[in-house]
Amino acid sequence: MTALLEVEGLHVDIALAAGLLKAVRDVSFSVDRGRTLALVGESGCGKSLTALAVMDLLPPRAQRRAETLRFEGLDLRKARTRRMADLRGNKIAMIFQEPMTSLNPCYTIGNQLEEALLRHRNVPRKEARDRAVFLLEKVGITAAASRLRQYPHQLSGGLRQRVMIAMGLMCGPAMIIADEPTTALDVTIQAQILSLLASLQKEFQMGLLLITHDLGIVARVADRVNVMYCGQVVESGEVAQIFDNPLHPYTQGLLGCIPVPGKTRPGEYLGSIPGVVPTPIGDLKGCAFRNRCAFLSSACEAEDLALRQISAGRAYRCLLSPETCAQNLRGRAK
Amino acid sequence: MSEPAAGHIQEVEFPSPGEILRRRTLSHKGFMIGAGVLSFLFLVALLAPVLAPHDPYRQDLGNRLVAPIWHETGTWEHPLGTDNLGRDYLSRLMYGARISLLIGVSAMIISGLIGVTLGIVAGYFGGRVDMIVSFLITTRLSMPVVLVALAVVALIGGSLNVIILVLGLLIWDRFAVVMRSSTQQIRSIDYVSAAKAIGCSTPRILFTEVMPNILNNLIVVATLEIAHAVLLEAALSFLGMGVQPPLPSWGLMVSEGKEFMLFSPWIIMIPGFVLSLLVLSINLMGDGIRDITAPEGRS
Amino acid sequence: MLRIRELTKTYMVSMGLLKGRRPLRAVNGVSLSVEKGQVLGLVGESGCGKSTIAKLILRLEEMTGGSILLDGKDLSALTRTELARRIQPVFQDPYASLNPRKSVGSIISLPLRVHKVGKAASWKKKVDEIMEIVGLVPRLKHSFPNQLSGGQRQRVAVARALIMRPEMVICDEPTSALDVSVQSQILNLLMDLRRDFGLTYLLISHNLAVVEHMASRVAVMYLGRIVEAAETRTIFERPRHPYTRALLASVLTPEPGRGLPETHLGIVYPNPIDPPPGCTFHPRCPEATEVCRRIPPEPLLENGRFVECHHPGD
Repeated sequence: MTALLEVEGLHVDIALAAGLLKAVRDVSFSVDRGRTLALVGESGCGKSLTALAVMDLLPPRAQRRAETLRFEGLDLRKARTRRMADLRGNKIAMIFQEPMTSLNPCYTIGNQLEEALLRHRNVPRKEARDRAVFLLEKVGITAAASRLRQYPHQLSGGLRQRVMIAMGLMCGPAMIIADEPTTALDVTIQAQILSLLASLQKEFQMGLLLITHDLGIVARVADRVNVMYCGQVVESGEVAQIFDNPLHPYTQGLLGCIPVPGKTRPGEYLGSIPGVVPTPIGDLKGCAFRNRCAFLSSACEAEDLALRQISAGRAYRCLLSPETCAQNLRGRAK
Repeated sequence: MSEPAAGHIQEVEFPSPGEILRRRTLSHKGFMIGAGVLSFLFLVALLAPVLAPHDPYRQDLGNRLVAPIWHETGTWEHPLGTDNLGRDYLSRLMYGARISLLIGVSAMIISGLIGVTLGIVAGYFGGRVDMIVSFLITTRLSMPVVLVALAVVALIGGSLNVIILVLGLLIWDRFAVVMRSSTQQIRSIDYVSAAKAIGCSTPRILFTEVMPNILNNLIVVATLEIAHAVLLEAALSFLGMGVQPPLPSWGLMVSEGKEFMLFSPWIIMIPGFVLSLLVLSINLMGDGIRDITAPEGRS
Repeated sequence: MLRIRELTKTYMVSMGLLKGRRPLRAVNGVSLSVEKGQVLGLVGESGCGKSTIAKLILRLEEMTGGSILLDGKDLSALTRTELARRIQPVFQDPYASLNPRKSVGSIISLPLRVHKVGKAASWKKKVDEIMEIVGLVPRLKHSFPNQLSGGQRQRVAVARALIMRPEMVICDEPTSALDVSVQSQILNLLMDLRRDFGLTYLLISHNLAVVEHMASRVAVMYLGRIVEAAETRTIFERPRHPYTRALLASVLTPEPGRGLPETHLGIVYPNPIDPPPGCTFHPRCPEATEVCRRIPPEPLLENGRFVECHHPGD
């Protein structure tokens, strides 16, 4: 299975008044056709910036550099603006959190859907319209033909997000990047949208890069997971591995924070991670998590920690051995 | 569950709003230039009695229309020349600054009090109050300010106080409109709801919760209205319906000089120039304040 | 302690330039009660009216109909100050609930100043005290909200709410805008405070997992009405209303391998200005029948369980 997107050693630096903010540090991952990779982490971990860096959509003050940044064999680091613009919306679709700001309120939905295709392909408008209707029906919108004439404000949030998905599919992309696609939606609609994405992905064999803070979504949707903290990947693996046997203390802590109906006991304390996320400015030796970690040792601040590979596709960034980590996990469960 | 020690990880201190303001202010070129020029003009206006080389009202008919220093015939006795009655132009200019700024600031204060009160009340209470205030604003906007001012002055006479009052009562509309929309944006924000839930009285909420957050918009409008008032006064004086001679209003100086402008162009150029300078510096400052107090994003 | 009867709140919404105004029944005849020392969880999705109920209880909006009784006394008979001493809110957005131009100390001490509690000299001590209780370093009282993290701001909001030791706190999505690791800190704090101060909570949330963890009793709202209410365990183990079942099914627990749930709801989205006839849920309900389309269901109350459905499960 050749990877659609290969990223190695991605760094994003942002120049601030207080210094150089190393927002993304040495991030590597790959997205395969037909599979879902989730980048999960809390606010400020750099997951959104990672996606923007891949698509060359970073804000003006931010600089990216990477050892490898390849999409379908094409080196994105050297790609010119025009080439990237050709890729976006065409081979790589992006779906954001707020469908209202991604859809132009001045144009009808049909217009925007058609433009999404006509921008990249020289086909007659009728063909674009037919494809729009086809995709609207595919995403589950009934009476698609009449919907084409509606404006974004006439639709509810869930419908708009479906339109966004349809728009993303107009050119038959190879990969979708979804950044918090359901965070702004109601919980019952969230499940529907995620099912939709999953089935479309299977049908069209697209790769999906899913960015979210919601571990529940990750568990149910993703195949592989990269857990990010303070700009770095601190743990990666198949979804079952991450959730059944989390190694890194942050991953363990995070999973312990979540109330699960039926599993966590009501009225008892929820697990928590004391402290706050540090800001990655200035001298960054040692582990970024150390000021919040229960298993701190003096070695944690001395070395620059590299990702430890314990098996194919399974890695974590901590000095503790896998056995110790498993032991810690059992200790937490008590 | 207290805060952990910072350890060896660098904790970035976020600056207070005061520090942020100071830093932004000092680095904004437009603001610094505008504020600098304006301060200079204010200083000149304040110290005119000390700085002016001559009495601005003293006529010297033997020395009429002396050219300024950059002409061959100019002398240092009168660096900016004299007007058609022999009065020293530099002195008149300095005293004119007092008049322009006095009128500008006073009219701004009066219109500000009216407009801010109406605007905040309309924005906060909405409903019928808003309807009434909006009607007042619309009525005011449909009146041609200069014509009304002219009519009033023609009826009552053009003393300094009358001008200030007339202008103050006519230019409050921008205050009202801006304060109304700013207040509308804030009235449904959670911290206002929290204050209500705590039991704060409405006046307290308006003064301690709403006002501090619309102050930046208020300051921007205030600076622009000073410029507005100054220009209006100049226009009125030029038309003969403003400040009456021999007061050295800049607009009046332009008006008195228009007969002589072909042969002594400096007579209208100089007051015209300082007027533009004043308005430009006010606008630069206003723009600068707007940029500086741009809403702070989340830390 | 708090008894709400047939509470109604109708907004008149203009439909456009020439189309007149239509009523929007944000809260449409809601009755519920909160016992002292309990946590009542109010769940529902956007537009169901749960936030409006919070505003009505806090008297930030005036009710259109119905009654709210606090310990038997009509809420509208209380003065603003009396109400403020007894019920306080904690809002969702920690960035919007604190005045950015006031220092933290000034924000927290506002209730003391408004209610003129004691002398100004004692306020500093009270502020320090409450800050330590909620887990904030007292020196932060000179800081401004923009210098604090989301979790710290929410703690400030909690401190402000509790400095007057109210009886009841209305938490409107108190952790929805926070990161997961901070969320659990705040929830633990809320649990501690309830125990230490004997508080009663009305917890409004769309996050069912949080509600299940914190609440003793749950009421589910849909389009302005309560469709089911019961003890937490009962509702989560044996939900009767189809909407409750769909809500529970939609909770994505971090359990890999279970795939995505099927909620069996249609793609029709409710319009609160133009609610469907009969049972307002019927266009989305997998079990809707002819009677559901025409006649609104009768409320059923038995054994402390409440449900409003023509075909309740069980």
